[in-house]
Amino acid sequence: MITLRINGLDVSVEKGTTLLEAARFLGFAIPTLCHMDGLSPYGACRLCVVEIGEAPKAKLVSSCTYPAEEGLKVRTTSSRVLRARRMILELLLASCPQSKTIQDLASKHGIRRQRFKQEYEDCILCGLCVRMCEEQMMAKAIGFRNRGENREIGTPFDVKSDVCRLCGGCMYICPVCQLRCTYNEPEKAICGGCMNLSPPCIEKEPFDDMMCYMDPCVACEIQNNK
Amino acid sequence: MKQEAFASSSDRVEVCEDVDVTNILRILEKHNEDRGGLIAILEEIQGEYGYLPEEALRIVSDRSRRSLVDVYGVATFYRSFSLKPRGKHLVCACLGTACHVRGAPRIVEELKHQLGIKPGETTPDKEFTLETVNCLGACALGPVVVIDGHYFSKVRTSRIGQLLDEARKGFDSAEIGKDKRIFPISVSCPHCNRSLMDETLPIDGYPSIKVNITHDHEEGWLRLSCLYGSHNIAAELDIPGNTVVKIHCPHCGLEILCTSDCSMCRAPMVPMLVHGGGVVKICSRRGCKNHMLDLV
Repeated sequence: MITLRINGLDVSVEKGTTLLEAARFLGFAIPTLCHMDGLSPYGACRLCVVEIGEAPKAKLVSSCTYPAEEGLKVRTTSSRVLRARRMILELLLASCPQSKTIQDLASKHGIRRQRFKQEYEDCILCGLCVRMCEEQMMAKAIGFRNRGENREIGTPFDVKSDVCRLCGGCMYICPVCQLRCTYNEPEKAICGGCMNLSPPCIEKEPFDDMMCYMDPCVACEIQNNK
Repeated sequence: MKQEAFASSSDRVEVCEDVDVTNILRILEKHNEDRGGLIAILEEIQGEYGYLPEEALRIVSDRSRRSLVDVYGVATFYRSFSLKPRGKHLVCACLGTACHVRGAPRIVEELKHQLGIKPGETTPDKEFTLETVNCLGACALGPVVVIDGHYFSKVRTSRIGQLLDEARKGFDSAEIGKDKRIFPISVSCPHCNRSLMDETLPIDGYPSIKVNITHDHEEGWLRLSCLYGSHNIAAELDIPGNTVVKIHCPHCGLEILCTSDCSMCRAPMVPMLVHGGGVVKICSRRGCKNHMLDLV
């Protein structure tokens, strides 16, 4: 057993437990996008950052991949962590502004405006679908390809994969939910996870492509400030 | 049409024409089964075809227990792998910071102008492929252009026409004596340290390196060119290509062997001492041109 201190509370966990699991065991909420029980930790979204160590040498690590260490001091909601998390969320929001999941998280973290150019990507490269396909569906139909800013997820050679069984697991698990978002036809949605009962913002002239689910609405806030 | 595209991989392997299945299997056999060998396999396939054909990648994943996703991911990750057919000659211009400030963009413009293609494209006659890289690690020599694996330093726009002409003729036919990359070395046996140089039968106009070889219970001499960079040899025995021979010292009779294997074909390398300090290693496989020179 390993004893560590999270936000001032001592906790004993088994060897190999990650900081995220230990913190969640104690009831401290850490937001995640690329983590899911049953899939291997990946550390792609960085939202789960926590601060470890003592003041001058304290550093930020992704809690979903960091194994618990004896005597480690962890802070899950220090101002440094929150600042980093807000920045990560702003960047994620800029790349995928249509994602309800990211909008909700951003709203929860007090992000009221988007400072970065919106890219309208449909992927944050969190790798959940790739791991789902490989580890739970045992298929390996999709994977990462290319590199750097051209990195994307898809099937080899862009043709339907021989090993894909159309299980829909990759779409079900996607936090950006571009693929499954059929909010105005909920009966067609695979999961209904992105069904939103309140209507998208009407006053969205500068954000023509955007469906704003944020509370309060980003588009309206910016327009009111003008 | 669509049906064909969605055909299963085993059907695909049979319909492919340009890619020889046995050829790929031969490459696969050479490498062990673990995951680490994938890049070496892909490099060899690319060496054979000039690019990575789709069928070849499917065969690799089918026969080596790697998933196609992984193979495809590696093939698209590295810049040196190409999934599109390339031209006969690969022209690579460095656009790294050092080369950039020394005028690499002008070099690329000139290459684009003379070849009539953009970086990443191949000329319609399938002669040249133009590519840019971000650094070749030879910043002091910038701007650097690499054509068919030959590095050219401090390239000026005026030199490009000449370089492309040379590439068309082939750099391997470079004239001995004029080319600074080809120079003579004298070597001796690593066991008895006696000179292996033999003046009775010169090759390339220089004394040759004489060793004894055994192959298939036959013994005979083998004379190698002492010019570093020349692959000319003379042999008493008729050795078929792709066979590994044992090389002995003609003086002490001991087999010249070394612990390392050839990085290209995994045959044992043969070390010889260079007069003046250093070791030269050559591959013991007939036809493999791998060699390295380590001067002290």
